[in-house]
Amino acid sequence: MSLYYVQKLLYELNRRPEVRKEFCADPQQVLQQYKLDEEEMRAITERDIGMLYILGVNGQILMHFAAMCGYEWPQYIQAMRDALHKHGNVRAGVYATTDGKGAI
Amino acid sequence: MSLVFAGICSHAPGITGRKKMADPDDATSFYNAYHQMRDALEASKPDAMIVIAAEHFANFFMNNMPAYCIGMADSYSGPIEDPEWLGIQRTTIPGTPQLSRHIIQSVLQQVDTAYAEEWLFDHGISVPLHFLTPRYDLPIIPVNINCQGPPLTPLHRSWAFGAAVRQACDSVPQRVALIGTGGISHWPATPDSGKINEQWDRDFLERWVNNDRERLLDYSDEHIYHDAGQGGFEIRTFIAVAAAMKGAKGTLHYYRPIPIFAVGCTIATANLAIEA
Repeated sequence: MSLYYVQKLLYELNRRPEVRKEFCADPQQVLQQYKLDEEEMRAITERDIGMLYILGVNGQILMHFAAMCGYEWPQYIQAMRDALHKHGNVRAGVYATTDGKGAI
Repeated sequence: MSLVFAGICSHAPGITGRKKMADPDDATSFYNAYHQMRDALEASKPDAMIVIAAEHFANFFMNNMPAYCIGMADSYSGPIEDPEWLGIQRTTIPGTPQLSRHIIQSVLQQVDTAYAEEWLFDHGISVPLHFLTPRYDLPIIPVNINCQGPPLTPLHRSWAFGAAVRQACDSVPQRVALIGTGGISHWPATPDSGKINEQWDRDFLERWVNNDRERLLDYSDEHIYHDAGQGGFEIRTFIAVAAAMKGAKGTLHYYRPIPIFAVGCTIATANLAIEA
């Protein structure tokens, strides 16, 4: 579990076009620069927004990565809801849902 | 001179980015309130504007997170977000490094703020400027209070910071405007996005309008998180502005929960002319 580095990578992708370009061309080359476990690597590689939410990525970082991956707003919200149903509540961070479900 | 204008306003990215998804009356009425705030700001004839915002990982990360930071650059750029996603075109925003330096030096007498000569504006600043200075011709001094990555600065320190900003404004000859941008209760970028605790918001705004220091500081982060969501941590920016009002009361011009904007949309200003 290295949530810090998951967020660090997404933060770099969000704010630095050159990292974004490198990631699109050769994701493994970028991923190996961060201390990530297999679950985290898979979630990032597969653009699994719901799983990244469950891992505890701050929503202010995740929503931009989701947009970068082509998620429309309703699709992004739905991905998080589906992940809550599938995996249970968020594991860390302040973007955990307060009711344990996440639905309004 | 001193502070010639102070106010608070919402900055959620949906305000501009998801306008087409909003009820037309919600969008139009809120946009009108923002335009009226711009009229009041322009009427105060400011030389520069300090924007106390709560940024969202555009510049600061958990590798070295300042509780407070003040910009000191010649110019800034933004928004960092995809312009189509946010509905605001990228632009250059003028800074005022000399005035920034005076403000920072003065604030440091009271609060250990960081400073930055590079700053990419995100929606926390770009949305308010889109409405308030649409020609981007007013020099801006960006300020950040970390409201995103706990541990967060306590509310009473946000008050002390706002008071220090006011003292700094009182020490310079320029006419300075000040705004705080943030949300009250909201759960942005979560499956609960759109949830708004209107009762909590109205109670907070009543405290803000009355500039009731004791009650503005009478929250714990645990209660904020429970009742107002992680977005509620941003009340720090509004509290800092209240402190900078130096006892003046405020007027609430607009409040309406607009779920597609993911926040209770707010416009309020300080009654500086009456109280000063």
